[in-house]
Amino acid sequence: MTSEMFWEALAAIGRGASTTLMLIGITAIVGLFLSIIAAAAKRSGIRVLRAAVIAYVELIRNTPFLVQLFFVFFGLPALGLRLDPITAALLAMILNMTAYTTEVIGAGLDAVPDGQHDAARALGLRPYVAFLKIILPQALVVIYPALVSQIIIMMLESAVVSQIAVRELTHEAELWQARTFRAFETYFVIAMVYLVMSIALRRALVFLGKRYLAAGIT
Amino acid sequence: MIEFSNWDILRNLLFATRWTIALSLVAFIGGGVVGLIIMSMRISRRKVLRNFAAAYIGLFQGTPLLLQLFLIFFGFPMLGFRIEAWTVAALGLTFYASAFLGEIWRGGVEAVDKGQWDGSAALGLRWMLQMRLIILPQAFAYVRAPTVGFLVQLIKATAVTSIIGFEELVRVSGVINNATFEPFKVYGIVAMIFFCICFPLTWYARVLERRSEAFRSH
Repeated sequence: MTSEMFWEALAAIGRGASTTLMLIGITAIVGLFLSIIAAAAKRSGIRVLRAAVIAYVELIRNTPFLVQLFFVFFGLPALGLRLDPITAALLAMILNMTAYTTEVIGAGLDAVPDGQHDAARALGLRPYVAFLKIILPQALVVIYPALVSQIIIMMLESAVVSQIAVRELTHEAELWQARTFRAFETYFVIAMVYLVMSIALRRALVFLGKRYLAAGIT
Repeated sequence: MIEFSNWDILRNLLFATRWTIALSLVAFIGGGVVGLIIMSMRISRRKVLRNFAAAYIGLFQGTPLLLQLFLIFFGFPMLGFRIEAWTVAALGLTFYASAFLGEIWRGGVEAVDKGQWDGSAALGLRWMLQMRLIILPQAFAYVRAPTVGFLVQLIKATAVTSIIGFEELVRVSGVINNATFEPFKVYGIVAMIFFCICFPLTWYARVLERRSEAFRSH
């Protein structure tokens, strides 16, 4: 490999990796936000909301992400909703992620002792203030490791969005191997980049969790 | 354009489903056998084996399944072997499953009280017999639910093998799409087929989970 090609390869990896990280970053933030709402809706005591959240979670959890992606990208235009690849990928990733994290957050909320609800009410806090300031932070501490794992899993699953021509890491690899005919080497390097990214992302998220949520997070 | 009735679409998709199911079964059984070996290495007294198993698990859990499939698909021909899409799919998913099952089962074995090892050693049992007669039967109670849960993950993961050209459900749906131009319907049906296979298993995993919680609280 000439040195010129080496820098080109490095640039392609950098571009691909940053797109992958951008996708997972947006997915994690929006997914977390939506799943807190969904988990709260499930516990709201309104039966229609509860049923809707359960149906959504079960539907997503029992179908492959690739099918969800194809449904969004190829299927939705039939309803007049045409999305560009990045938007379709993000929509599918957020839909998928939210279903899993809704379950995780639900489990975390269950883990907060009932006494905390009573104490919050005794202090005269409004229900939503009690939820945001007392219950949710405690739930997040309990489930933080599970959330981190879910984010890593989603990042690895996002490799298949290359199939709708989103130029993330795997798609850059596909372009590169089509150009150089060095398929095995290319995919090996990219697999290692994913490995490093998943280790680094886990470390970074645990660090942030320790810093801002609770010192005991591992 | 050839006319396809809804029945034609459904029939062809159901016909492809048998490959999805066959691949899931092969990978589950193969992954179970390899997973048992990986799990034994992971809890072995020899550090070399422990480290190898940890690296193996880290590698397969830290890289995307799609990249693992690509590496097998392009790696074997480099070594001079011809390899079919079916073999790539079966091998790839076996490795993938073994890493996850090995880790799930390790958790179960480690949850068995340490005294059980001492007790069975005091009876004069060797490691293999300790494992087979004393430890695994007890660990089984802990790992049944997560094992069934992982089977659902594995069935969904078969979708990714469509990308390397294995003719399972998603691959065939792509072909049908190209002929019918009805992606909304086709991918909708595909999602429903996956749901019908996975949801009963998810349900069963939940029943087992509840049972093992009752078992633990005794």
